[in-house]
Formats: sequence, C-alpha cells, structure tokens
Amino acid sequence: MQTVNNHEPPNTHAALPQTPGWDAKPLREIFGDALIALGHANPRVLVLDADLSEATKSVMFKKEFPDRFFNVGIAEANLVCIAAGLSTTGYVPFACTFAFLLALRAADQIRSQVCYPEANVKLVGTNGGLTGFGDGATHQCTKDLAILRAMPNMTVVAPSDAVTVWKAVFAAAEHVGPLFLRIPRVPGVTVHEPQIEFRIGHGYRLRTGQDLTIVANGLMVSRALDAAARLAVKGVQAEVLELHTLKPFDEALVVESARKTGAVVTVEEHSRYGGLFSGVAETLSAHHPVPIECVAIEDRFGESGVYEEILDRCGLTADRVVEKAQRVLQRKRGGLA
Amino acid sequence: MKPTTKNSSAPSVRSVGELQALAHSLRKTIVKMIHKAGSGHVGGSLSVCDILTVLYFRELNIDPSRPDDPDRDRLLLSKGHAAPALYAVLARRGYFPEEELMTLRRTGSRLQGHPDKLKVPGVEMSAGSLGMGISVGIGIALGARLQGKTFRVWVVTGCGELDEGQNWEAFMAARKYGLDNLTVIVDHNRMQNDGPNDDIMPLGDVPRKLEAFGWNAITCDGHDYGALLAAIQSAKAFRGGPSAIVARTVKGKGVPFMEDDWSWHGKLIDDETCARALEALEATDPCKR
Repeated sequence: MQTVNNHEPPNTHAALPQTPGWDAKPLREIFGDALIALGHANPRVLVLDADLSEATKSVMFKKEFPDRFFNVGIAEANLVCIAAGLSTTGYVPFACTFAFLLALRAADQIRSQVCYPEANVKLVGTNGGLTGFGDGATHQCTKDLAILRAMPNMTVVAPSDAVTVWKAVFAAAEHVGPLFLRIPRVPGVTVHEPQIEFRIGHGYRLRTGQDLTIVANGLMVSRALDAAARLAVKGVQAEVLELHTLKPFDEALVVESARKTGAVVTVEEHSRYGGLFSGVAETLSAHHPVPIECVAIEDRFGESGVYEEILDRCGLTADRVVEKAQRVLQRKRGGLA
Repeated sequence: MKPTTKNSSAPSVRSVGELQALAHSLRKTIVKMIHKAGSGHVGGSLSVCDILTVLYFRELNIDPSRPDDPDRDRLLLSKGHAAPALYAVLARRGYFPEEELMTLRRTGSRLQGHPDKLKVPGVEMSAGSLGMGISVGIGIALGARLQGKTFRVWVVTGCGELDEGQNWEAFMAARKYGLDNLTVIVDHNRMQNDGPNDDIMPLGDVPRKLEAFGWNAITCDGHDYGALLAAIQSAKAFRGGPSAIVARTVKGKGVPFMEDDWSWHGKLIDDETCARALEALEATDPCKR
C-alpha cells in the first residue's frame, strides 16, 4: 500500500524506505527498490532490459513482477523499439541498460521511435558517467547527456543521491513523453532531506552565497558542496545549485543566481561538450553573460580503476572545483583576461 | 485532421476484381504524387501497392472515423519510403481528403517524405530510418496480449531493409514471445537503392531463414490477390508463434519501363516520364478492358 502524505507533492507519493541506512546502498539498487515500489503503485509500468538486468538492477522488478518484465537479449535497438510499441498500447515501459548502449548504440531508434513520435518511453541508463569504473572506457558513458539533450521532445534527468534517484523514478513515470534517466552504479552521498520536492525541470538551490555560483548535477553535487565548504573557510561564499534536469533547463534559477554572483563554475561527470557546462553557457550567454569555468571530463576516454581514483585522474575533484572557483573570481574582478 | 468519410469501415469485403481496379487507380495517384513532389520513391511504392490495398480494403479491422480505437488492427509500414503508397491508400480509405495527396513533401504539408504518425491520421508508426518496424510491432503485439486484446499487428517491410541487423534481433524476439498476433509481410521486390539485393547484399533464401528463426513462413505472389488472401488467412490461422508472408513482388509494378529496374527506387519523375507512366497505366486499366 502506498502511503500518501498530504505535505508532499504528488510525485513523491511512494514513501521513501524507512529502514535506517537505506540510502547507503549503491544507487542502482535504490533504483531497483524504487522500480518495485513504482510497480506496486502503477500497474501500467513495465520493465525491459537487454541482458544486463543483474547490472542495472531491473532484475529486482523481474523478481517481483515476472509477467511485467521483458528481457530481449543483447539487442538495444530492439529494446528501445519494443518499448516504443508497448507505449502505444497504454503502458509505461522503462527500458533499462547501460547509458552508453542507449545513447550511442540505440541513438537512431531513440530519435526515430521515441522522440519523433513522442512515445511515452522511459529510458534508464545505468553506469552513468564513469561509474562503470572497473570495466573501463567502453562501459563508461560520458556523452549520454549531450546526445540525448540534442533530441527534440526528450527530457533528460540525472539525479544526485538516493533521495532524488527514488523520486526521479516516480516523476519519470508521471511525466508524459520521452525521458532519459541517468543512474549511477555506485552509492552516493545523500545531500537531500527525505521530504524534498522533486519536480522535473526545476533545480535546487542547496546553499546560498553571493561571491560565485557553483552549478552541479549527478554525483558531482556532493563534491560541489564540499568545495563550497572549503571556499567558505577561505572567506568565499559560494552559492550551490543542483540541476538534476538538464532538459528542460531551469534557466530562471541559473540566471537569477548569476545575476547575483556574477561568476559561475559548472561541475559534471560528463564530457565538457554538450552537457551541463554547455547548458549553463548557452543560457548565460543569451541572458546574462558572466565568466564561467567548468569542471568536466576533457576530450578523453575514461579508464579502468577504483572509481574515486578515476574521478581524480579525470580532474573531477573538490580541489579542482576550488581552483576553478578562485580562477573565475579573478576573472570576475578583471584580474584575468 | 477530421476524416472525410464517416462510417467507412464498410468498404471491406471487396471482390478481387474490385481490389485490382482500386490498386490500378492508386498506382496512377502514386505516380502523380511523386511527379508533383519532385522527389520520392516510386519503385517500392508500386511494388507494395497491392499488399497495402488488400490489407486496408479487405483485411484490416479499422474505422477511419475512429483512428485511435484501441481495438483496431495496426499496420506498420516499416519501409517508410513507400509513404506515397500508404498515403494514397489511407486517403482513399477515408482517413483524410484525397486532394491533400498532391501536397506530398511540400513545405507545411502533413504528408512528409516519410510518414509522421503525429501528423497523419491512420499512420501507426513514424518511419523512415529502416529496420525498426518489426520491433515496434512486437511491442504492440505484446501490449495487446497483456491486455487480452484480440487485434492483429501487421508489419510491412522491404527486402533491402532486411540488411539491417535489428530485423534479426526482432525475428528472435517475436519467436521468444510466441506472438501469433503478429504478421510480417516482406515486399520482396529483390531490389534496393543501389542495385539488386544479390549484388548489394545477398539475402539468400528468406523463407528458409525465417523458418530457421522459428517463424511460420509463407510465400506468395505479392500481386496476386487470391494468393495474398490465402497467405493472410494462413498467417491468421497459425497459432503459437509469429508468421511472415514473403511476397514476391516486382519493383515498379504496373509501369512496364520501371518494372524490375532498381534505378527507379528513388528517381525523380519528370513531366515526360509521368505522361509515359500514366499512359502505360491507362493502357492496362482493368476497368477499360
């Protein structure tokens, strides 16, 4: 039975797990738990996978609802199009596999059979960013958000912690139309209170400050908050925004903050091309140009290793955010060209 | 977006002679549409014309006044480049005014070069990028079965289109799920954009390949209405798995100088060619013999 708390908005109607420490699990397992809860709440939800159900954790849904789960084998093109067909009969299919397989292997199918006909398909890409750490570059996905953001009618969501992964699953099911949800493989630092409202297209101001704005998404949100804490020690007050939805882009939140601070650093576990940095730069160049620095993956592939160490090697660290913050502050003051 | 004809679910159950006459007239329309548009795919539109005619005017349980009826049969044209044939059939069937056909590919027309299901009533799948129709059909057929609905799903593919690996993913999946509410019809005209299948990518024995994939494979002459109707009945009667009708067709069928010539896959039809083609069709008009 779902519990309805009148103080919560409709898309959070499945209560978060109450078990202490529930949010310490890998986010893909939080996703699996949320899918089961969603399956109970919404009988129209179906789940499909392409022979990675143990890795995506869609297998958790399969165990609960074997008749509502379809494993189509190692065939991502087929996966996406079968989901599109199912959606035309009134179901809400969640097609799950690694993010790179959706964004790259099945890109044309997503374009032609999901976005173009506005099919109500939810694409769930796990191993988002570098979180397919051990498998190396082929299994990591640092381009998914750029590719999917360029597709008309697509909504792109990359939650940051257990609370927002859980709520994003429910919000995705309620959203009518194509949606891509990026799920990290690893556990995340919980940055949100359980009662926080999750609305697609509306970001969060997680910390207020007047010196600069740090905009982050995904697992980089907690690093952005770490960096802001370190900057505070140095006397710099950073505002921290989380944009869990890359499309539609919460322009108002970013512009309002940039007007106040006059300097921005973006932080994302994604290529510097086409993701959060691009979205922020596109928005501010049009509405309120200010100096922007980015912490993102440069034009390189990932690699195998320990997740945190790969992040370090790709420069996705709180230290790097602090450096970039100091740099953007210099530019803001006119100290750098 | 209002269909022109109310209660036009009736024109089904036509005689073979009526179907032939109808298809002949649709062929003229197709040639005129592509001529007027200045581009488009005539060869594959003419080869699939009889298949679409027999399905829309004899077989499908559809009502053009209720294009969103959840219980309607679905026909997915996976070879989206045969859009002129689909549009001509849909308009004649009453989904939208026939006058609109001559706006094909024009700026602002809802008759896009390849079908857009959000724009045109009766179009069940947006198509263009090849090899996706069977997979979408599987999704619809699964959805029907989950809801206990008895409508049927028909997917019409080209033969060159079978080069796309996704079809073979779909052939495996349809077998896995035992979808006897799904029928694929291959418009096997043996030609593709750059030449004959055998030169570009030999398909081998398609029915035997399908049988090896666990399908009920039926072959027939794709221009013989009696054979098409028999194949359709046989596909519908088959239980426990999907059926495929491999319909032997002729690219450019009906216009002798286009027949079996792959260069007419997507060539422009100029004024002189259009006149010659219509003249040829006029000469073979079953209504005038």
